[in-house]
Amino acid sequence: MDFQPTQEQDDLRAGVRALLARRFGREALRAAVDRAEAEGGAAGRGAGCGDACRGGPAAGGPGAVDRGLWRELGAAGFFALRLPEADGGVGLGLAEAVLVFEEAGRALLPGPLVATHLAAGCVGGAADGTAVVTAFDLGDRPGGDGGAGAGAGAAPGVLVTHLAEADAVLGTGAAPPAALLSAALPVPSADPLTPLHRVPPPDPGPGPHARLRDEGALLTAALQLGSALRTVELAVRYAGEREQFGRPIGAFQAVQHLCSGMLVRAEVARTAVYAAAVGADAADRAGGAGAAGFGSAAAEIAGAKLLADRAAAANARDCLQVYGGMGFTWEADVHLHLKRAWVRAEQWRTAAAAEEVLAAELLAGARQPGREGASYARGGGL
Amino acid sequence: MDLAETEEEREFRAGLRAWLAKTLPELPPRPSPDDWPGRRAYDLGWQRRLYDAGYAGLHWPVDAGGRGAGPTRHLAFLEETERAGAPYVGANFVGLLHAGPTIAAEGTPAQRARWLPPVLRGEEVWCQGFSEPGAGSDLASLRTRAVRDGDAYTVTGSKVWTSHAEIADWCELLVRTDPDAPRHRGLTWLAMPMDAPGVTVRPLRTLAGSAEFAEVFLDGVRVPVAYRVGAENDGWRVTMTTLSFERGTAFVGEVVACRRTLGALARAARANGRWDDPVLRRRLGRLAAEFAALWRLTQWNVSAAERTGGVPGAGGSVFKLAYSQARQELYDAAAEVLGAEALALEEEWVRERLSSLSYTIAAGTSQIQHTIVAERILGLPKGR
Repeated sequence: MDFQPTQEQDDLRAGVRALLARRFGREALRAAVDRAEAEGGAAGRGAGCGDACRGGPAAGGPGAVDRGLWRELGAAGFFALRLPEADGGVGLGLAEAVLVFEEAGRALLPGPLVATHLAAGCVGGAADGTAVVTAFDLGDRPGGDGGAGAGAGAAPGVLVTHLAEADAVLGTGAAPPAALLSAALPVPSADPLTPLHRVPPPDPGPGPHARLRDEGALLTAALQLGSALRTVELAVRYAGEREQFGRPIGAFQAVQHLCSGMLVRAEVARTAVYAAAVGADAADRAGGAGAAGFGSAAAEIAGAKLLADRAAAANARDCLQVYGGMGFTWEADVHLHLKRAWVRAEQWRTAAAAEEVLAAELLAGARQPGREGASYARGGGL
Repeated sequence: MDLAETEEEREFRAGLRAWLAKTLPELPPRPSPDDWPGRRAYDLGWQRRLYDAGYAGLHWPVDAGGRGAGPTRHLAFLEETERAGAPYVGANFVGLLHAGPTIAAEGTPAQRARWLPPVLRGEEVWCQGFSEPGAGSDLASLRTRAVRDGDAYTVTGSKVWTSHAEIADWCELLVRTDPDAPRHRGLTWLAMPMDAPGVTVRPLRTLAGSAEFAEVFLDGVRVPVAYRVGAENDGWRVTMTTLSFERGTAFVGEVVACRRTLGALARAARANGRWDDPVLRRRLGRLAAEFAALWRLTQWNVSAAERTGGVPGAGGSVFKLAYSQARQELYDAAAEVLGAEALALEEEWVRERLSSLSYTIAAGTSQIQHTIVAERILGLPKGR
């Protein structure tokens, strides 16, 4: 057992971090926010003309996705990372994917990264980043919440992200985005870089395959993890620079302990995410058995999503608190982390659903006392 | 990143599991918590069995009589013994996990030969004399004085929170030898025989009703200079070596035990109907995620230590903060499952709930741990 990343994994992560630093640093992030604002709340006006004027042929539709960067990510293997090499992919596993997604989360990279990554094997153009693929990933039930989450008086339908700029919607081969878009209403989004549309409830159908949903939850957890680690850095840096009462506020224990609590949340989430990824890869190799932890790979992924959601949202809030009045401004980046964390918390697997998965597995394990021993014996741990 | 076992690890686990299956049924019944001589005999007897089977001092260096196993192997040992329901380290805790490793790292050959084998063989019990009534979190402010007098120190003062003092043969004692030096530089580490004249032990009753630890009063106790480990006035550094062991793998068995408790809670909630309450059910589900992650965090810290070949570092503080909170939440959830029954002391979870109140205090309070994380890991400016 060597749970630490290998040199190759460290190098992969460093490469993605460098690419994002070069192509999507803070200035690019803020420019994207300004652009989305200028477009009127990012939800876009459908496939209007504003988009076509921007950025020439390299730029895509309205909204948050930078098509040039998307293709660059594709060329770097971001989307094809887990496709077999024979299919033009990189042939790596979830263990590598979570490291790469963690970096995207740190950088607050916008766009349907998870859905496009999951679509790499089934939607043309997804693997190389020439296509943007979104999914009905908000809420828990396949196909979304069926409007159950809509407020009183709101139009019936489900929310979907990045619809106007998507070339495809994962799992809805029958309804190309243009058809969906014609029946869709743009909705102002809490997160400036995650445009939303409300669309009529899709055909319930089978929804995303359970395996796809688990992978989506895990990769989303990795994005959350990156954000959670980044807000620790932001808070620590600010606390070391900002002076009150004649010393850096980071010298006050009240502030120190806020920051320490942030690190604890992030580190717990980190091990949960990495372990779930390693466990899922092992389960793949072993044809489903795998090196289970306390529970199944699915339960471990549910736990990772739960803990990473908490880490991202709670850390962003504590970071906001450390920033004080500055944290409440549009100018500071803290609110962008918090708002994105709220979006991701609703994607692929919510806290409520994750807790139910974990509870069901807990009870099943408790009813079969031999079970823990059995998974223990499989190796890799308990 | 890999969580799979090597062939050697699998063999080790299989061998240990087979031995546990054979040995545990042969153990005598556990003594009652109030039966101190019985507890001493039981805990030492278990250590002797480990020794005879080659499992004693697994993580100790080979030249100290241990097996030189890395942290990963030690982790596997702790997981397997806990899973099988083997006895807890109990009275052997300080000897195996604090004093022993310190002597192995800092002691002379003669000191190692004198003190380490009896710990491994289950013949001698150690206790810890660090904290004082006036020196808790601020350990370096301790005032127990040791005055050099020929070939011995004369020690006067008092220690507190000393577990197993009633049945210990030796005490790892931290004393002040130079009251004029800066406070961290005037301390010395001594091994004190508990039967020396002038040592008085008074049990302390905890809020759980039991007498798990004691006050130790020292009135002119003579400790030979030969029993000093490390140099005079170098005791702080020697002690820090010990404390870093306390935050390594020490809690992994308890994490495994917590997961078992959680399963039992789910069963009990199912039986009494409270499982149908989604709020409670989800609370238990969340705790399941916490303990699974804590177990993984131990593996993460252990594999980090294995890479550097070093002693577990400040990452242990991160673990302890999360663990102590989760464990207290576990017993609060248990109380919710039990309802009014949570008031009856006959229920084991209720007694455990009371004991768990110490977890955010013992071995460095959560507040001290937060400060360690903030200053040593995050690099925030030093507060005061």
